[in-house]
Amino acid sequence: MALTVLVGYLGTTLWSIRVSMSNSRTFPQYDFVGLQQYERLFDNERWLMSLQNLAIYGVLFLLACMVIGFLLAVFLDQKVRAEGALRTIFLYPYAMSFVATGLVWQWVLNPESGLQQAVRQMGFADFTFDWIVDQDKVIYTVVIAAVWQGAGLVMALMLAGLRGIDEDIWKAARIDGIPPWRVYISIVLPMMGPTVATVFILLFTGVVKVFDAVVSMTQGGPGTASDVPAKFIMDHLFGRANIALASAGSIVLLLIVIALVVPFMVARNRSAANRATA
Amino acid sequence: MNPLTTPTLPRAQRPTRRRPARRITAARIGIYAFLFIAALFFLAPLYVMVVTSLKPMDEIRQGLLFGLPQDITFEPWRVAWSEVCTGVSCEGIRTGFWNSVAIVVPSVIFPILIGAVNGYALSFWRSRSADWLFAMLLLGAFIPAQVMIYPLVKVLAAAHLFSSLPGIVVIHIIFSMPVMTLLFRNYYASLPQELFKAARVDGGGFWRIFFQLMLPMSTPIIIVGAIMQVTGVWNDYILGLVFAGRENLPMTVQLNNVINTTTGERLYNVNMAATIITSMVPLLVYFVSGRWFVRGIAAGAVKG
Repeated sequence: MALTVLVGYLGTTLWSIRVSMSNSRTFPQYDFVGLQQYERLFDNERWLMSLQNLAIYGVLFLLACMVIGFLLAVFLDQKVRAEGALRTIFLYPYAMSFVATGLVWQWVLNPESGLQQAVRQMGFADFTFDWIVDQDKVIYTVVIAAVWQGAGLVMALMLAGLRGIDEDIWKAARIDGIPPWRVYISIVLPMMGPTVATVFILLFTGVVKVFDAVVSMTQGGPGTASDVPAKFIMDHLFGRANIALASAGSIVLLLIVIALVVPFMVARNRSAANRATA
Repeated sequence: MNPLTTPTLPRAQRPTRRRPARRITAARIGIYAFLFIAALFFLAPLYVMVVTSLKPMDEIRQGLLFGLPQDITFEPWRVAWSEVCTGVSCEGIRTGFWNSVAIVVPSVIFPILIGAVNGYALSFWRSRSADWLFAMLLLGAFIPAQVMIYPLVKVLAAAHLFSSLPGIVVIHIIFSMPVMTLLFRNYYASLPQELFKAARVDGGGFWRIFFQLMLPMSTPIIIVGAIMQVTGVWNDYILGLVFAGRENLPMTVQLNNVINTTTGERLYNVNMAATIITSMVPLLVYFVSGRWFVRGIAAGAVKG
């Protein structure tokens, strides 16, 4: 049974690689044009724009999610009251779809009727927050929505990681008079290496796939200002009938994933192996 | 085993916490302030969604995003459910709701069954080639969907399954297999081998041991798997968009159609009501399942 899936996964990937080296338009053709489609791809401004957006989105999203998620986990780990309720609040967006997330934020960030208008009515007439219709800033709004959706996940995993850490460290640190924040940064965080790597992999695979959120929030606009590779590929597959170019794009995406995920997996497996009791 | 596979301990069993604390200090006020502000950030969109969906349009035009509705109306909910236009027809998002239900049910049952069989075979009927296959399968989980979509369209079209309910279910089976297999493999790997050996000695075959011994013992992990599949499949957009076909478009796709293709004035209250209705199922699963949900995430996180 797993075999059929291997055909599904492996076969389709090989097929995409093959098509990416052909001249296919609406229908797959099997002529061979080498890497021409890739050259074309990297001459395509929309593709370059979408790659740049992916980079901005990826870096900011990962950073913000990690930092916010970790802070939430650490603060929740201070024996606070209502921890359960807070956890539930931080994580619920993760149960929502990207589509719903995008739509909600589209509404909240809508300059005419959303946050901007609301703050203006409170008396700050000059308040401006119209990133979602600003070509240069629209991608940041997608980051905000995605962080809102994903930070809780990081919190949940980090919290599990924190709870798995040996209590004695805290006693030792207290005896040595090390302030807690130092302990977190210099001792606890390195100890949570595998957790951090896991979270990273999980978030990163989500980053590359980002599609739903952009489609529902901005439809790639204004113009193509918030285009991302996944959307570029889908448009060229189904809207613009250029499957060779789209396949080339998807293979580039695959290479990006491999290039970034593999080192992390190796690192994580190594540190997991180091901790003897697997 | 990765530490993440253990769910966060329930309150009662949690070991006594560190630092004596519970003095009211500036630090503790800071902690609560941070958590409170964070909670506001996470709750605000939900709040806005709910209030907006209960306001009549002229109230929304006043632009009081955070204001409570002056006179509450459930009309937007009714319109969203049964009247709003979802692209081709104007029967509300209820059609999408039932489409999603029709997709989710088999997309929960089959992936779990297949994952269970795979996991069982991998843990107890060990073979080198199977382990190798498994490693490949896990790597497959990292392939971006875009790489596979077009070839899969072709394959399904050749099998006359494209744009049909069975087609989208097959797709969900394929895309969920790595995680489901991993989930069950890890679970079965934690069971004692002796159990299996005893069953072998008693003359149990592959399927007999699976159905009479392993499956009945798998309830907890089946629940986790079901939670993951229900939320995952319900929230899926791209696969439903491509593979389900017009007749079977899931709710997320219809929701997006409602909101991003309407002409004329946008009925924000209806839009928000539709968004809430669409998110209701996974949110309900989340609130009811609580700890199990987190466990599912953790299990899914160890992929690779």
